[in-house]
Amino acid sequence: MTIIKSPARLDVDNITVAYNHEPVLQEVTFQVPHGMRVAVVGPNGAGKSTLFKALVGLLPLRDGKIRIHDLPLGQHLDCVAYIPQREEVDWHFPVTVLDVVLMGRFGHQKWLQLPTRADRKLAMRSLEQMGMADMANRSIRDLSGGQQQRVFLARALAQEPHIFLMDEPFTGVDATTQEATLALLDHLRDQKVTVLISTHDLNLASNRFDLVLLINRKLIAFGEPKSVFTAENLARAFGSQLLNIQGGLVLVDDCCPPENEEQ
Amino acid sequence: MNWLFQPLQYAFMIRGLLASVMVGILCAVMGTYVVLRGMAFLGDAMAHAILPGVAIAFLLHGNLLVGAIIAAVIIAISIGLFSKGGEIKEDTSIGILFAAALSLGVALISSIQTYAVDLSHILFGNVLGVSVQDLLLTAGLGLLVLAAVAIFYKQFLVISFDPILAATLRLPTEFLRNLMLIMLALTVVVSLQTVGVGLAASMLITPAATAYLLTRRLWPMMLVSATIGAFSSLTGLFLSYYLNIVSGSAIVLVATAIFLLVFIFQPRRGILWRNKKTRI
Repeated sequence: MTIIKSPARLDVDNITVAYNHEPVLQEVTFQVPHGMRVAVVGPNGAGKSTLFKALVGLLPLRDGKIRIHDLPLGQHLDCVAYIPQREEVDWHFPVTVLDVVLMGRFGHQKWLQLPTRADRKLAMRSLEQMGMADMANRSIRDLSGGQQQRVFLARALAQEPHIFLMDEPFTGVDATTQEATLALLDHLRDQKVTVLISTHDLNLASNRFDLVLLINRKLIAFGEPKSVFTAENLARAFGSQLLNIQGGLVLVDDCCPPENEEQ
Repeated sequence: MNWLFQPLQYAFMIRGLLASVMVGILCAVMGTYVVLRGMAFLGDAMAHAILPGVAIAFLLHGNLLVGAIIAAVIIAISIGLFSKGGEIKEDTSIGILFAAALSLGVALISSIQTYAVDLSHILFGNVLGVSVQDLLLTAGLGLLVLAAVAIFYKQFLVISFDPILAATLRLPTEFLRNLMLIMLALTVVVSLQTVGVGLAASMLITPAATAYLLTRRLWPMMLVSATIGAFSSLTGLFLSYYLNIVSGSAIVLVATAIFLLVFIFQPRRGILWRNKKTRI
């Protein structure tokens, strides 16, 4: 079977994902055209991370299908890059920044193959793009939280993905990292890479994204920001977190635990 | 220099030295993964859990190493089975198996006439009783494990550092994890002769922990750890010869002394540097 390496099209067909018998996501269906930038929005526990983990095959599907390039999940080892939340990685591990980015090339290598010169070049270019090239030989133990995230973004770039999944990249990071991430989004758009990002920042979602996927265990709405962010949809997604005051809505979103690792 | 060569006039001393150095290197290399993946408890448990295998081999007059290997593989598989469904946590199932196997081992050994001597050899090693056959088996198993470390370097690095990336790259994580358990089991078995089941965990952990303080990449950490392991084994054996103490203890005490020195004097991060910083 040949895989068409054109920009990705993601087709999620009626999927249900469960942790230990408890369904977290139910009957979610949507399609993302080539090169679109999608914000995944919903309250805590809505299943945003679960959706991403299902998309890379980390969690089994109870029901439904995910197709990429019109092929079932698993045929595309190298074309989906997933940037997990920073807490999921052991940051005391003895590896350098360059080592981490080179891991992004493992999917393109054979089992016993060492990184080639081309791999190193690509890794360095990815680091440059994230403004981390001068840190290539630093130990990841010595980095700040924002720098760690940029290393992860560089690694995902080095994977040369067609689909880019980022879990909460704007949460608890410094301004430099936030800007680097946004600049990366523009670069990815030029490359026609499809991007899915989960975020709590609704302004960002409506200003900087083509499409918004609003979920709360089920799909609430999917489409252009204007059509998704209606009072009715937000009420269905956020429920009691939404405050209805005269002349408008206020969202009281209790995002994420505090972070104190910025140096 | 006479003090250096005097012990080497005995063939058993040379065999003992070779065995200790091989074990020192092997434990230290596998130990890097034990330290980084937080498997210290598992390593210790594995060492104690092979006791019944050794005891049965002893009672049947078979090769102790072969008995130990069989016991170790059974234990490695059982730990996986008990904790697979997630019903029982892994460290709980390790704790149950380890205590049960240790009791069974001691019960079996206590039926032997020369109970005290044999038990102390098994618990703390008998490096001067290493036969040529043992030496060959140690070398063979050691090379096998080191070859696996080299061949799967990239894969073990990813599953240890970032299991999520490993899964997205579709690495066979289950297979790699079981392979590592078996490699750990073989390492512990081999270390029986020099430091015994009681101190095997120390040879896994102490050199690797010292190397962690000194390096910032995985393969240099392995090299430094192996050097410390080999040096401790050598020095420990000489100390045991001249001070007339148990060799396993001497080896572990040397490794611990190195760790303490590094912990105190380590550049930039050691205790001394930290105190200086606060004074300024």
